[in-house]
Amino acid sequence: MNLILKNARIIDPDRNIDTIGDIGVENAVIADPGKVSNAKVIDLSGKVLTPGFIDVHVHLRQPGNTTAETIASGTAAAAAGGFTSVVAMPNTSPAADTAGAIEFLRQTAARTGVVRVLPCGCMTKNYAGQEMAGIGSLKSAGVVALSDDGKCIQDHALMRHVVEYAKSFELPILDHCEDNFLAAGGVMNEGKWSVLLGMNGMTGAAEELMIARNIILARQFQWPIHMQHVSVKESVELIRKARAEGIMVTGEATPHHLSLTDDCIKTYDTNYKMNPPLRSEEDRQALLQAVADGTITAIATDHAPHTVTAKLVEFDHAPFGIIGLETALGVTFTELVASGMMKLSEYVKRLTTGPADILRMKNYNLAEGNAADITIFDPEAEYVIDPATFKSKSRNTPFGGKKVRGRNVMTIVGGNVVYEYGK
Amino acid sequence: MEWTRKDLLSLYDLEAEEIECILDTAAEFKKVSERQVKKVPALRGKTVVNFFVEPSTRTRVSFELAEQRLSADVVNMQAQASSLLKGETLLDTVKNIEALQVDLVVMRHSATGAQAFIASKLKCGVINAGDGAHSHPTQALLDIFTIREKKGGVKGLNVTILGDILHSRVARSNMWGLLKLGANVTLAGPSTLVPREFESIPGVRVCHNLKDAVANADVVNLLRIQHERQTAGFFPGTGEYARFFGINSDSLKMMKPDVMIMHPGPINRDVELAGEVADGSNSVILEQVTNGLAVRMAVLFLVAGCVKK
Repeated sequence: MNLILKNARIIDPDRNIDTIGDIGVENAVIADPGKVSNAKVIDLSGKVLTPGFIDVHVHLRQPGNTTAETIASGTAAAAAGGFTSVVAMPNTSPAADTAGAIEFLRQTAARTGVVRVLPCGCMTKNYAGQEMAGIGSLKSAGVVALSDDGKCIQDHALMRHVVEYAKSFELPILDHCEDNFLAAGGVMNEGKWSVLLGMNGMTGAAEELMIARNIILARQFQWPIHMQHVSVKESVELIRKARAEGIMVTGEATPHHLSLTDDCIKTYDTNYKMNPPLRSEEDRQALLQAVADGTITAIATDHAPHTVTAKLVEFDHAPFGIIGLETALGVTFTELVASGMMKLSEYVKRLTTGPADILRMKNYNLAEGNAADITIFDPEAEYVIDPATFKSKSRNTPFGGKKVRGRNVMTIVGGNVVYEYGK
Repeated sequence: MEWTRKDLLSLYDLEAEEIECILDTAAEFKKVSERQVKKVPALRGKTVVNFFVEPSTRTRVSFELAEQRLSADVVNMQAQASSLLKGETLLDTVKNIEALQVDLVVMRHSATGAQAFIASKLKCGVINAGDGAHSHPTQALLDIFTIREKKGGVKGLNVTILGDILHSRVARSNMWGLLKLGANVTLAGPSTLVPREFESIPGVRVCHNLKDAVANADVVNLLRIQHERQTAGFFPGTGEYARFFGINSDSLKMMKPDVMIMHPGPINRDVELAGEVADGSNSVILEQVTNGLAVRMAVLFLVAGCVKK
């Protein structure tokens, strides 16, 4: 159906547009609203209209753990959260380390997906950090990036070769930065709270060390490396300095690292267990600052579904990770925009052009003729997060009952309304 | 005061007067243990399950004996024999135990917070017999009982806990209990095993030098040094540990003449504690074991009284 979206506050960062106006959608692309025929007209007074949000870090769990999530349910959750594209992490079972696995993902997404699924391939076979995966074949099969997310290549020489090789296929690298020796056995942040609770800590140095490694490789081989889920202050400092020197590195921050700290773990609620772990308030403030000043250019959820059964265990035994697609906007809008920390137009970049740049996508904007991927949200709506309403198959969130501001009201992918609040 | 908790999970949760209540009750039960007939009917008709997901000998025996002397019906469960090995979750296992109309579960588990997690889901009482490196409340209570008995009180005393603080639930429990009763706590040992973060707690001093750690101590509580920490690289070896942090008759000379030497056991003789000191006149190690029985009887008795049927 053709659409005329009227009176919205249009924020289109790639074209430096922030204005009240109308947008047309005709035949799946953005069109001149004055020339769209047979259109449904929607008044969006008071709402914000932006290019569709992109989440560069999502676990859809299919194949391998479809009890926790499927491509269908995960992309429905993405639509509900305002995301029109999600990058599917390859640590499925089996892993997405071959062209065949990527083909399965693409076909299943085409058949059951609600939003765009951008495939990501493994850097190494079975993301085991031992042998390089068939990166050229993965590129031919349609991956947009490479990642061993969940694990980190410890062998620096292998990582170097992956970076060099990926460059020849123009694939950006998304790296989970963690030194296995320093983080070994840890279940939470190493700090005051791990000491008081007697739990094994993961020092922030484990992340910092690998971020330093990646900065060195990005500089030496002139190829971008993106640091996934940056969580400590010192990592932020390294990235800030590297970017000032023109080194091609980027970073993402998750809604949970921007809003929660390790003291939450005193409740032993396993929905506070993720990797990297929740850090200190000082780290959280540094991350908020980094997102606000553009050192960190993307907000990414690290949406990691787990079943109730998997999470309802002793803290030590619970798997890492929480879902985030349906809470990201409310949680981060509250922390960053409602708090007055950053301007709305700048915040929108972290969910649109920031992630698009990481994926080397050009012209990610609302220019006429572009695919009509659009997110519309209400910046004034205040509400309490209710996991019972989630489209995700999983409920492993620590945000149930949290009061937030900023709600997605409509998600449009390729001209189709794939989510509308209340419908 | 009246005891109102159905669980004993951590001394951090307790008020000073609750700790005193347990200690006073334990003093009464200690008298029972000194009688010719050592059994009382306080828990007759109650069922207690000792569920040890992590191996234990002395704590389990102490609890079992305490339960028998209170006339409770006692069942022992070990992780090796339980359904946990068959893939049943901990919560399902304990819910099955509860479905057998059990009144109390005494549990040891390698994961911090495991008892708190199940206590919130069960109607029966839960007594923590050790969770990870987090908490071991009955050990701390028996240590504090022994200190109070010998020194006449706890307030104002300088208590040094020496050894592998990082991995010790005994240290953490003693620290909270002692602080609540007004003692000054020094945590001492090699810097790899005594995190500086403890200094953020008012009343706690962190010390990496033996002489400074023990010079003004009224009580020195030693912790067992485990060989696996050496393998993991926390310190070079037991020989070096003994030389710089072990207590022997020479290091005893740095201390107050009436210093009390404690150890939760089992002792590594001549590593953290020389045999001559363990068996010497400053040592109260076996009295700790005796008092452990009275303290566990008190805890079982108080907690059982708050379990609603």
